[in-house]
Amino acid sequence: MMKKELGLLLLLVVIFAITGAINPAFLSVVNLLNLANLIGLFGVFALGEGLVIITGGIDLSLGSMFALLGVIFVDLLTTYQVPWPLALLLVLLGGLALGGIQGFLITRLKMQPFIVTLCGLLIYRGAARYYTSDSTRGFGYGDEAATLSNIASGNVAGIPNTFIFLIILALILGVLLHRSVYGRWLYAVGKNEEAARFSGINTNIVIATAYIISGGLAGVSTVMFVFYTNSVSPSSFGNFYELYAIAAAVLGGCSLRGGEGSILGIVLGTALLQVLQNLVNILGIPNSLNFAVMGTVILIGVLADQQLQARRRRKAALAGLARTAPKPTLAQGKPTTAPRGAAALSAATDEQT
Amino acid sequence: MAETLLQLSGISKTYPGVRALDDVNLRVDRGEVLGLIGENGAGKSTLMRVLGGVIAPSEGVIRIGGIDHAQMTVSEATRCGIAFVHQELNLFENLDVAANVFIGREQLTGGPLKLVDNAKMRARVTPLLERLGADFTPDTLVDNLSIAERQMVEIAKALSIDARVIIMDEPTSSLTISETERLLEVIADLKAHGISVIYISHRLGEIMSCADRVVVLRDGRTVGELARDELSHAAMIRLMIGRDLKALYTPPKQPPQPGGCDIAGVVTTAFPDRRIDLSVRRGEILGLAGLVGAGRTSLARAMFGVDPLLGGEIRIDNTAVEVASPRDAIRQGIYLVPEDRKRSGLVLELPIRENVTLASLLDYARMWLVDGAAERKIAKDQARNLSIKAPSIDTEAVTLSGGNQQKVVLGKWLSMQPRVMFFDEPTRGIDVGAKSEIYALMRELADQGVAIVMISSDMEEVIGVSDRVAVMHEGSISGMLERAQFSEYNVLRLAMGQELETRAPEAKEAAAP
Repeated sequence: MMKKELGLLLLLVVIFAITGAINPAFLSVVNLLNLANLIGLFGVFALGEGLVIITGGIDLSLGSMFALLGVIFVDLLTTYQVPWPLALLLVLLGGLALGGIQGFLITRLKMQPFIVTLCGLLIYRGAARYYTSDSTRGFGYGDEAATLSNIASGNVAGIPNTFIFLIILALILGVLLHRSVYGRWLYAVGKNEEAARFSGINTNIVIATAYIISGGLAGVSTVMFVFYTNSVSPSSFGNFYELYAIAAAVLGGCSLRGGEGSILGIVLGTALLQVLQNLVNILGIPNSLNFAVMGTVILIGVLADQQLQARRRRKAALAGLARTAPKPTLAQGKPTTAPRGAAALSAATDEQT
Repeated sequence: MAETLLQLSGISKTYPGVRALDDVNLRVDRGEVLGLIGENGAGKSTLMRVLGGVIAPSEGVIRIGGIDHAQMTVSEATRCGIAFVHQELNLFENLDVAANVFIGREQLTGGPLKLVDNAKMRARVTPLLERLGADFTPDTLVDNLSIAERQMVEIAKALSIDARVIIMDEPTSSLTISETERLLEVIADLKAHGISVIYISHRLGEIMSCADRVVVLRDGRTVGELARDELSHAAMIRLMIGRDLKALYTPPKQPPQPGGCDIAGVVTTAFPDRRIDLSVRRGEILGLAGLVGAGRTSLARAMFGVDPLLGGEIRIDNTAVEVASPRDAIRQGIYLVPEDRKRSGLVLELPIRENVTLASLLDYARMWLVDGAAERKIAKDQARNLSIKAPSIDTEAVTLSGGNQQKVVLGKWLSMQPRVMFFDEPTRGIDVGAKSEIYALMRELADQGVAIVMISSDMEEVIGVSDRVAVMHEGSISGMLERAQFSEYNVLRLAMGQELETRAPEAKEAAAP
């Protein structure tokens, strides 16, 4: 039971086939490897965003985190000559800490996720620009972190390491989300926080952990992006990237109301998004239409999914009526107020990555 | 003879499996205060919703001002001059008084621009507030008003539509004594202006002091009417009780054992000035009766760590326990089957299996990874033991009937080790068959040595299932009844805050075990 993911995969294959037929360059090895690299880069932090969205929250601060952590990372390596393992560790800890602060504000001080992370977006970006006086930080011609650079931007048998990272992370998070106790709690909290609390789950910690994971993955992404671009321009580095992550998660089946989504879905959502961008280039569609194409596909995708859900739910309700006692109960009469079906959830939780 | 304003004849309302109203007849005269009383669930609120046009009756005629209606819509009811002062106030806290009074009928200005004319609305509300003796102005934000003041806003709203009948449903349940007196003065003033009031209350003292006539409902039927000079507490309570109680009682296999749960001087957030002392032994089902809002649910929530405990001590098997969160409570073996199972008891969109193990998932996990086989086994065991009717344990809880949903909630707790269990209205909205199954399960649990507290507003359930009954009234325990003393009359007297009569209790129908 993973209809949603299957549908996405099908859509990807169809797009590949059509685009490849129109322009065979799309299926060239060079283009596919480039695509894989981008999917890897944009997939890692989309996974974190997905976890946050499953709690019913949102993280708008990711792009600015990249800028702040990015300038610090480059500075640590170049200006302070910190050994790269230590610099890497510090950036990861920085991401975890920022996530932790946001999680604390949201769960303990009961602030709205949108507001907290929007302020994060503004604060981190501002801090990054102030710290560097708006100047771009980059690596000189020295090889301050050649080893790390090779790890982050290299490849194994031609396959970009970023893509391999994404697959490994997706497997780990897939187990976490779909097989572990924490994953179960995350879905329960996202669907019905009160019932979760009444079952003795520490909902605050469950939610805060999602933000911390998201922050940590933002740290990982920062390092990957730094070695992708080799420089960090504090005012534009990572701009709007959080929106790519949200779009990928939503396209991959996460509901902004929480409680729905899967790791496989988020990965497929990221892939679809990158394929669309690539397709715009390959097919010679004016680059300026890039965002418009993305927006349209997401809109249609989510709309179609919602309609399918509603139809499935009606069927389930009818089946429920036929199955049980002749007199309808409230639960069967109007199955749920949530717009997206229960069917989707079990599909999501049963699937394996 | 006063002019008849309103006449309900033969009103019935049938829901699938339930007859909520059965041939109700009710007359309201012009300028009279009609007291409407009855137990929890007697049909008072349903009847008033029929009158307000919120629900349509299955049969019967509503005659207002000489015109017959088979049913009414809310706007028709309003046009006929029927106004509600709701139990849960229906005001917009973010708007000011005048805007609330004119909600949906805003005074407009600016022609085609259709702007709201605040000045005009405020000017029209001012005299209404003066008439009610309110000391706030029309531009006050409702958020800043007390409950009593908000009630005045509701009454002003009723006056602004020239209401002829104002229905007040438990208007004094959250008022202080002086606020209550003030409200009774307002009612007297309304009456003097020829406006009728239907006054629904559990507080018989208030009914005595303001009603011209009292109609008593029981099981959806009008069972009696008392004129002003016939009013007495005893007469009213006698009419409210007296339905046929089916014999439900299964005695425990063994007498209650020592240990269990002692609640000593507990203070809840709902009634910070009251202390609760209560004990329930292992192997005993203690019924917790009382009127809606008497503080029973607050006690259960405090015991389960949902709401903070403001004072007092909880002891289990003579050891004091700390309960700061549901997690703590669960660790101590205190479980709650909550009143609102769809909101607090279950994650409806999750399958039965995941709901059953939600509270104990770590027990079925190795290194935080869920052991699917162990989980399925426990869920299957629970589904079988509780005879949950569902195609499989992977069926989502949302598709189950109320009774089966409740069994899933029970399954969640029974798969663990309960020591004290609170059941809050365990059979509300559940069909008869599933009800008796749940009673049997409770008895089985008690016989296994669990101390059980059953909060219930269903008299039949309280008297038929409990080994002892504690009654709450306005935040504290107003009395304890042993089985020999069980009677609807005694429970109701205590629930209304009256002393038990000292003469032999009329407990014949409740029958000793």
